[in-house]
Amino acid sequence: MALATTSRLLDRAALGLTVALALFLSVPVVLSILTGLMVNQFQGFSAGFSLRWVREVVEQYHGAILLSVWIATLTVLINLVLGTLLAHGLRRTRVQWARALEEMFVMPVAMPGISLGLAMIVSYGALGGFRTHWSFILVGHVLFTLPFMMRAVLAVMQAQRLDVLEEAAASLGAGPWRRLVDVVMPNCRNAMVAGSLMVFTLSIGEFNMTLLLHSPFTPTLPVGLADAYASLRIEVGSAYTLIFFVLIVPLLVAMQFLGGSPRGKAL
Amino acid sequence: MRTVGWTRVFLAPALTVFAAFFLVPLARLFAVGAAGPSGWAAYVEVLHNTRYLQSFLSTLALAGSVTICTLCLCAVCGVYLSRASFAFKPLLTAVLTLPLAFPGVVVGFLVIMLGGRQGVVAQAGQALGGDPGSAVVFAYSMTGLFVGYLYFSIPRSMLTVMATADKLDRDLEEAARTLGASAFAVARDVILPGIRPALVASGAICFATAMGAFGTAFTLATKINVLPMVIYSEFTLQANLAIAAVLSLWLGLLTWLVLILARSATGSAVAAAA
Repeated sequence: MALATTSRLLDRAALGLTVALALFLSVPVVLSILTGLMVNQFQGFSAGFSLRWVREVVEQYHGAILLSVWIATLTVLINLVLGTLLAHGLRRTRVQWARALEEMFVMPVAMPGISLGLAMIVSYGALGGFRTHWSFILVGHVLFTLPFMMRAVLAVMQAQRLDVLEEAAASLGAGPWRRLVDVVMPNCRNAMVAGSLMVFTLSIGEFNMTLLLHSPFTPTLPVGLADAYASLRIEVGSAYTLIFFVLIVPLLVAMQFLGGSPRGKAL
Repeated sequence: MRTVGWTRVFLAPALTVFAAFFLVPLARLFAVGAAGPSGWAAYVEVLHNTRYLQSFLSTLALAGSVTICTLCLCAVCGVYLSRASFAFKPLLTAVLTLPLAFPGVVVGFLVIMLGGRQGVVAQAGQALGGDPGSAVVFAYSMTGLFVGYLYFSIPRSMLTVMATADKLDRDLEEAARTLGASAFAVARDVILPGIRPALVASGAICFATAMGAFGTAFTLATKINVLPMVIYSEFTLQANLAIAAVLSLWLGLLTWLVLILARSATGSAVAAAA
């Protein structure tokens, strides 16, 4: 009897804590969305709602927003090729070597973004045409997100008996490319989609490295966000955040749906 | 069938990009760090400089406390959510894991929404009768940074803990209970050891992210002396490239070591979570 009461109490406490955490995570999001739609934050809801601030942000920052979408798309495409080839290569490598290589490719995740950005600048910053071009940012994003694509695809490759399938295809005369494209890749389709979603969301929100990599000609969405937060009224910052949420939340929801087994691994 | 030649062809593109844009730049950064007035000694000297050491220590303290706090919260709530079944559980889970990929800049702004001059806390204080002069504003300080880092650490760790707790053998807990173990004893002796790998793995990621996080501090700005901010200001304001390079490499090395340590402690669990 006493035992049952304690465990019910503990349950209640855990539920309370969980709800409190959920509020902590969601209240500021809701508030920032509402503020972005308010006529005036100081007066609150009474002054009414409008899309004025959203329009202002689109006018002022559409270049940065589009550039981010463009870079994120290219990052996904490039990493689909690089990451899949890499995972396939690692699969075929002897275990000790594969472990060491994998470890090496994950290093950019452990490096603080600002260090990576600085390293890029001291190496290639003097190449003026490259430095001020968006491809300078693209290269950084490809490097930083490659491990995520690699992990997502490799985990699924290793969970299946692709060796057997490949052997069967080989005995029927399929060459290495044919086996990769027609046997291995169709079996990793979900992982490639999950990896792409992850890479896209990471690229579109990347700031730590991009702040150093961007130039006045190539501001990205998060760089514009930081600028709006620092210099403009809170309604504009909120409206900009709202636009970012509109872009990113569907992707995050899609990731949760795909979730399932590789979710922990795709992070 | 497994010709080494073809394996190399598959690895080559990624290896080329990695070498050109990671290994070479890193080596270059290492050399730049020694190009200052004190040469290679700069790598040791920064550790004797009070200002840099101070920011190094406060970054460590911040990352450490955020990690511990995140792990405690996620252990309780993650295990609870993986066990409980009630109507709005999917919603609760979604809310707790959705901010997974919110960038630091956005998180900084959300902290301002909570603890800024016109934030929820300040307004609630006034609504309860506090005078405007003494409103609680915590966003632009180390506390604000702590709250922000907690914000983006919780979803990642929650996912990992829940995934592991789902796989725990419930029979073990049942057996312990049958043998008369209290709820507390079951949690300490059965559940905690079960989710330990998840805690070590997500703790390492959490720590590494907090060490290198920059966007949140940048948004909250003012005078928060964490290492990434110091590196940024050395580079942009002081144009002190050598010191910025030295500090960057120290920060990177330390973060990487923590991940390696955690990985060796849990086998491949951290590798899977990274």
